[in-house]
Amino acid sequence: MQNHFELFGLEPGYALESERLERAYRGIQAKIHPDRYAQAGDAERRASMQWTTRVNEAYRTLKDPVERARYLLELNGVDVAFETNTAMPAEFLGRQLELREDLALAQGEKDAGALGRLRTALRRDKDELMGALAQTLDTRRDYAAAAGLVRKLKFLERFDAEIDAALETMDE
Amino acid sequence: MALLQISEPGQSPAPHQQRRAVGIDLGTTNSLVATVRNGVATVLPDAQGRPLLPSIVRYAPDGKIEVGYPAQAHQTEDPKNTIVSVKRFMGRGRKDVPYIENLPYDFADAPGMLQLCTVAGRKSPVEVSAEILKVLRTRAEMSLGGDLSGAVITVPAYFDDAQRQATKDAATLAGINVLRLLNEPTAAAIAYGLENAAEGTYAVFDLGGGTFDISILKLSRGVFEVLATNGNAALGGDDFDQRLMCWALEKANLPPLDARDLRLLHVKAREAKEALTYHGEAPLTARLSSGEFVDLSLSTETFCEITQHLVQKTLGPTRKALRDAGLEPGDIKGVVMVGGATRMPHIQRAAREFFRRDPLNNLDPDKVVALGAAMQANVLAGNQPTGGDWLLLDVIPLSLGVETIGGLVERIIPRNSTIPTARAQEFTTFKDGQTAMSFHVVQGERELVSDCRSLARFELRGIPPMTAGAGRVRVTFQVDADGLLSVAAQEKTTGVEASITVKPSYGLTDSDIERMLRDSFEHARDDMQARVLHESQVDGERLADGVHAALQSDGGLLEAAHRAEIERLLEALRARLGGEDHRAIKQATDALNRATEDFASRRMDANVRKALAGQRIADLER
Repeated sequence: MQNHFELFGLEPGYALESERLERAYRGIQAKIHPDRYAQAGDAERRASMQWTTRVNEAYRTLKDPVERARYLLELNGVDVAFETNTAMPAEFLGRQLELREDLALAQGEKDAGALGRLRTALRRDKDELMGALAQTLDTRRDYAAAAGLVRKLKFLERFDAEIDAALETMDE
Repeated sequence: MALLQISEPGQSPAPHQQRRAVGIDLGTTNSLVATVRNGVATVLPDAQGRPLLPSIVRYAPDGKIEVGYPAQAHQTEDPKNTIVSVKRFMGRGRKDVPYIENLPYDFADAPGMLQLCTVAGRKSPVEVSAEILKVLRTRAEMSLGGDLSGAVITVPAYFDDAQRQATKDAATLAGINVLRLLNEPTAAAIAYGLENAAEGTYAVFDLGGGTFDISILKLSRGVFEVLATNGNAALGGDDFDQRLMCWALEKANLPPLDARDLRLLHVKAREAKEALTYHGEAPLTARLSSGEFVDLSLSTETFCEITQHLVQKTLGPTRKALRDAGLEPGDIKGVVMVGGATRMPHIQRAAREFFRRDPLNNLDPDKVVALGAAMQANVLAGNQPTGGDWLLLDVIPLSLGVETIGGLVERIIPRNSTIPTARAQEFTTFKDGQTAMSFHVVQGERELVSDCRSLARFELRGIPPMTAGAGRVRVTFQVDADGLLSVAAQEKTTGVEASITVKPSYGLTDSDIERMLRDSFEHARDDMQARVLHESQVDGERLADGVHAALQSDGGLLEAAHRAEIERLLEALRARLGGEDHRAIKQATDALNRATEDFASRRMDANVRKALAGQRIADLER
């Protein structure tokens, strides 16, 4: 079976042209989507659903910065171990603690502006990490180091989701 | 009538080859049916030229069933048997319906979905909705001059699996072949996008009679990609009427009213609300059964004030949808307003203030959904000339998961996943010698099972006894292009395989549906046998045509022996199609389906390769 990159005719790599991925995805969807087979027999409708499901899954994986890295490492035989490996450098953890205190404060005061600033800072950190990941995965091919970076990125994503949740409770 | 039709050769199939396909907007307040004629989407009116069908069904004492305007005429005199806004009950239990105490019906609780007690007996909301769909189907068949080949039926984007399944069941009951369930805001986006050749990121703000949806879509070169959707499946124009009615009760200092007076006041409240769209002040008057006269005057200011909290309720989901799409209000190029309730000035104002731009109101908010659905039905039926079609990429609105220890939800498919989609999760046995594992499937965003919608419970039996943790059960969630879920569970550590596939159903089993179908045919004095035969012929013909075309274009993918086998089965099916034996037709159809499974998969694979080859050329040309 083709891997997700081959499916879209792309070279495997962390730094990928999102426009090319999107074009390939849409090009394939145009040929296999269930809407193209609404008048077909059961066998073809089933095949269309299975293939589209697979293409959607591949696209979702490659589009997402954490999932793409996790998948690349998996292709290279490295397990990111999100669940079991939770060791983080002290400096990184210190920064996370600080950010979480800021979040609790902003949440307590229902300060949407402060949450927005927190998110901007977080996005900057994420961009930096993604740059480092591209370097480590594509150029240096240091998969052990990359796994550490992905775990950090996942950590930041969770924090991003917490900001979302805080904003959501403010909406209600 | 046109005496002469001029069409370019090869542009579109001749009219007699066109399949009769329609789009149906099954609305809370009104329903519509539309089709594409000579390339233009049009709403099909009734014999009196009225495009809307009020979504009202009355079970009359003489056994007749009235639908639409005739039912509407009786709604205040016979409120218990005249069902309005039945859409709010689809896939819902009693406890799910807001203000149920203000509704004039006698409800009965049934597992999964409530029922209504009428003079004609207990009715499921699915049966009531089917009556509306039957009228629309007849209207379309009269207008198009023959049986429908299929319909696209719209549902609110925020409808959960229970509500979608109920809608599809209603269509089945009405004898309609459902080509697709289509989300209402997506249907509106098709109509708007094609009409205006729109490109960019748009929001569709859809406030109907009973539901609110907000969808964020990216429109780009014929692809309509839903980035995120959110909403409230129990918020609509009806709630504004309810609020207004409560205000009137309070203002006029009225005692608790009976069913007739409640309905009367509801109707009068709606009329006053509608009048306010064009005037600054509206009367709200009613003569109650006690002889008491309610004489109130409602100003726009008062109306806005007492319903402002409802307007606010649209903004939370709007913010969430934008966040899920990773966008800010300023990234939105246009806000398309859909649904009759968006005519209210303070809704317009709220949308304008939130997105900081004037909302787009250039399409009829009552018709745009039906028109978009008709366009999609035309494409799905294969009536569109090649190259003139477009592609929809839609999402599921609410996360799907299973219950885990402590009444918590383990999410398996997150909301806003592009459909069709599938995800699997492994669960291990937790007791020595455990031979069964039970699952509870839920939908919703909350962490506690009790705050989510329960979709199905099932048990996987026959797991070989093992030590705790050694038995591994893989649970797979598959959501199809209609947004409907099926769940499969399989134990695979040992040679023995225990597996089960469930489709959630909401109080309605297949045999319930069959019984309802039989009942409805008895009433219509139709011939069930004839319908079964007709359906098997349509299915068989569709498959035969499809396989024939596939052999013509991609026969080269097959080895000679395999091809000969398919050709033999194709001929066998064709030989049966002319006959009267629906079982023989079904058998021949199934045999051809089985024999072409591998061929179908190869064709998909070849299609992916073709798409990529095209892409490479396009990339080189850049």
